[in-house]
Amino acid sequence: MIKRFVMRFYVVLIFLFLYVPIGILVVLSFNNSRSRAVWGGFTLKWYKVLFMNKTIIHALYNTLYIAFLSALIATLIALPAAVGIVYMRKKQVKVMLAFGNIPMLNADIVTGILLMLTLSRVMNLGTTSILLAHVTFNIPYVLLSILPKLKSTNMSIYEAARDLGAGPVSAFIKVILPEIMPGVISGFFMALTMSMDDFVVTYFTKGAGIDTLSTLIYGQLKRGIKPVMYSLSTVIFLVVLIILLIVNYMPRDSKKNR
Amino acid sequence: MNKKVRRFGQGLLIVCVCCFFLTMIGCAKKENKKKTENSVNTGKNTLTVLNYGEYIDRDVLDTFEKETGIKILYEEATTPEEMYAKYKGGAINYDLICTSDYMIEKLKDEGELKELDIDSMQYYENIDERYLKLSKTFDPDNNYSIPYFWGTIGILYNSKYADKPVDTWEALFNGDYAGEIIMQNSIRDAYMCALKYKGYSLNTTDKDEILAAHELLLKQKKDVEAYFVDEVREEMVAENATVAVCYSGEAYLANEYNEDLQYAVPKEGSNLWIDSWCMTKRCKDEKNACKFLDFLCREDIAMLNFEEIYYPTPNKAVYEKLPKDVQEDTLVFPTDEAIANSEVYKTLDKDTTRLLGDLWKELKVY
Amino acid sequence: MKKRVWLTGPYVFWIVIFTILPVIVLLWYALYDSKQGITFEHLREAVKPVHLKAFWNSILISFECTVICLLLAYPLALCIRALKLGKRSTMIMIVIAPMWMNYVLRIMSWQLILSKNGLLNSLLTILHLPNHDLGNSSAAIVIGMIYDYLPFMLLPVYNSIMSVGDDVIEAARDLGANKLTVFAKILLPLTIPGISSGIVMVFVPALTTFAISDMLGGGKVMLIGNIIEQEFISSMNWKLGAALSLVLMIVVIPGLFISPTKAEEQNTIIN
Repeated sequence: MIKRFVMRFYVVLIFLFLYVPIGILVVLSFNNSRSRAVWGGFTLKWYKVLFMNKTIIHALYNTLYIAFLSALIATLIALPAAVGIVYMRKKQVKVMLAFGNIPMLNADIVTGILLMLTLSRVMNLGTTSILLAHVTFNIPYVLLSILPKLKSTNMSIYEAARDLGAGPVSAFIKVILPEIMPGVISGFFMALTMSMDDFVVTYFTKGAGIDTLSTLIYGQLKRGIKPVMYSLSTVIFLVVLIILLIVNYMPRDSKKNR
Repeated sequence: MNKKVRRFGQGLLIVCVCCFFLTMIGCAKKENKKKTENSVNTGKNTLTVLNYGEYIDRDVLDTFEKETGIKILYEEATTPEEMYAKYKGGAINYDLICTSDYMIEKLKDEGELKELDIDSMQYYENIDERYLKLSKTFDPDNNYSIPYFWGTIGILYNSKYADKPVDTWEALFNGDYAGEIIMQNSIRDAYMCALKYKGYSLNTTDKDEILAAHELLLKQKKDVEAYFVDEVREEMVAENATVAVCYSGEAYLANEYNEDLQYAVPKEGSNLWIDSWCMTKRCKDEKNACKFLDFLCREDIAMLNFEEIYYPTPNKAVYEKLPKDVQEDTLVFPTDEAIANSEVYKTLDKDTTRLLGDLWKELKVY
Repeated sequence: MKKRVWLTGPYVFWIVIFTILPVIVLLWYALYDSKQGITFEHLREAVKPVHLKAFWNSILISFECTVICLLLAYPLALCIRALKLGKRSTMIMIVIAPMWMNYVLRIMSWQLILSKNGLLNSLLTILHLPNHDLGNSSAAIVIGMIYDYLPFMLLPVYNSIMSVGDDVIEAARDLGANKLTVFAKILLPLTIPGISSGIVMVFVPALTTFAISDMLGGGKVMLIGNIIEQEFISSMNWKLGAALSLVLMIVVIPGLFISPTKAEEQNTIIN
């Protein structure tokens, strides 16, 4: 009983730590003053402004487009790579991962400038160049979250499936994928959030006139962030939370229950 | 070593070498390529514009597009140095850049700017002579830049906690406000305070003077609550500090939210900054570019921008239309006496920039 | 068997184009000078005492951040494991969800909490407790980093904890191991891969951040990320900036070598 209580308490404490700052931003989105340090009364006007501002809507679209596509591509590249890595020799893996982790390791500003220099030589910067850059820094994160899962999976069940007549792809999808799915999903989500969050790399690799939410917010930093941004973040946050909760409370198959 | 590993290593090496050559070829071809890219990047009837964040009323852009059919690709940056990095990176071909005095000088000296066709501009005369004269420090013939906004750097202080008006840099260095000081987190602005307090020019290249200023900043560091760029205004409104080095335009807004906040340009003199528009050498459609600059000088447009930004405007047509209390509000328009001792930044030579950068690191790291 | 290595093809391709190629550009900037040809001057400058000190500051702060993240995330992952099936992934989602608030805004929010007249101090005053002095210090930076990177630690750790079957633990218990032994001999070794992924994912980005230290540290603490930023942006000295990044890579890459090895050895023991 005490153990349960301690655990509950701990979880609640962590959630407080995670959600108090979010709560503050949500409260600020109802602030009728343009200064974050002054409470000017309750208002919903920022939410109204939000849906009428086409710059913001455009930036939102760009952000989501880039985030989803880059997370998807990164997952599609990292998943087979992870499988390949399991069959590789230790030294090869080490060398490859060391190189592969460089984007994560470089300061964002270096990655950003280097990618700008490289990409601008082969293409016109635009949304695509942001996408490529995001895939680049997303891959290591996805890979790092799939690998541990895959390593603790017994690959002989795959061989067994093959021996029983399954094709390589269907054996993988039916046997291995369900095992590592949590890793894949969390990797995907991490990539998604990383991409949503990134400013520096986006800033240097974006083409003229293209804005994402973070570049928009960053532009406002110097002269004070407009409260519209708080309301926008609140909306995004709530939508994400609701979607996640719905997905989670949907009836699920018992595959994961092992 | 294992055979496989070796083969893998060899493969990697070959790939690396190939890449290296490709980059070399790329470097060589860069110049040619840039030209072809240019035409693609800035297609017909578009202008690529780089400006500071939140430094224009976005409706102005829409109006311009509607009136002329020229599409504006609008880009933002927060510091002149960032603009320089983005411009020099060469990934985007900016037609027009709005940046600060010394950066314009630097770009001009490097041959990156094109002369403006001022005769073609109908509304150019809206710009007050006075500011054109001030601009001569970085643009001697007034043919590369058009002033957009200007202002000073001074001290924003909270009159509730400061017993007397803070109108001298001394307040930052004598320990009166220990732990209550916000400095600017930018190399030149920080050293400027110390240099001016010592009575030196803020454009000094004299090593001893700079070292003396550095000494002062080192001693001051323990009294500094924070070095901020962006949040100065908000921090002051929240009363997290008593005195702050601050841009004049922010002072007005700060005072809006907290009446105790007052602004003064120190009597020793300070920095006077002018943000101006200039045209880069990569600009392909000079006519349209000038059209846009002219448009910005138009009275109603400049008024819209002024109302959005509330920094002092060099546009006399706008100034004359303003109500008297705004014209006389020293928070918006500093008086002539206040700026008498002030200087405009000039581009420093490479060695001085290097020295300041190194000293700044020493100051912050230890 | 070995044939499956081709699956890494797209990955290797991507690395070559978007990682190795930029690194070559980096090398070019760091080691090449139009006057002297290949030169090590910038590299030598990059290991000046002032830079080494900044390095050391960064390593200390990232280390603190990583350790605390691990200490927070591991028990949390265990708590989540103890939950019912349906609740587990909800919990995980709840932990990641804050990351969907923009990064700059989240850090700014911490500023509001930790500053001198901030929310935490107001709360302490109401409770008649002495006020803290956390704002604009390296402690604030560490808090901000933990907030930002905790999910990066939790996810891999949780994933690897979940892959330890209940049966394994029960078997150990049946064989007479007490809780502590189960943890030390079974759970911990089995979750090493997840832990090392987590450490890499937290430590490495923490090492190079500059926005958090600028905003929460009050600009008073200069980390290596800030110096690189200064060299690339305000000092416009790309060569030194590139050399610094190169040094950073040289320092950290061996670290990246170590972690996968350990993970693998553990795995071979298990198998």
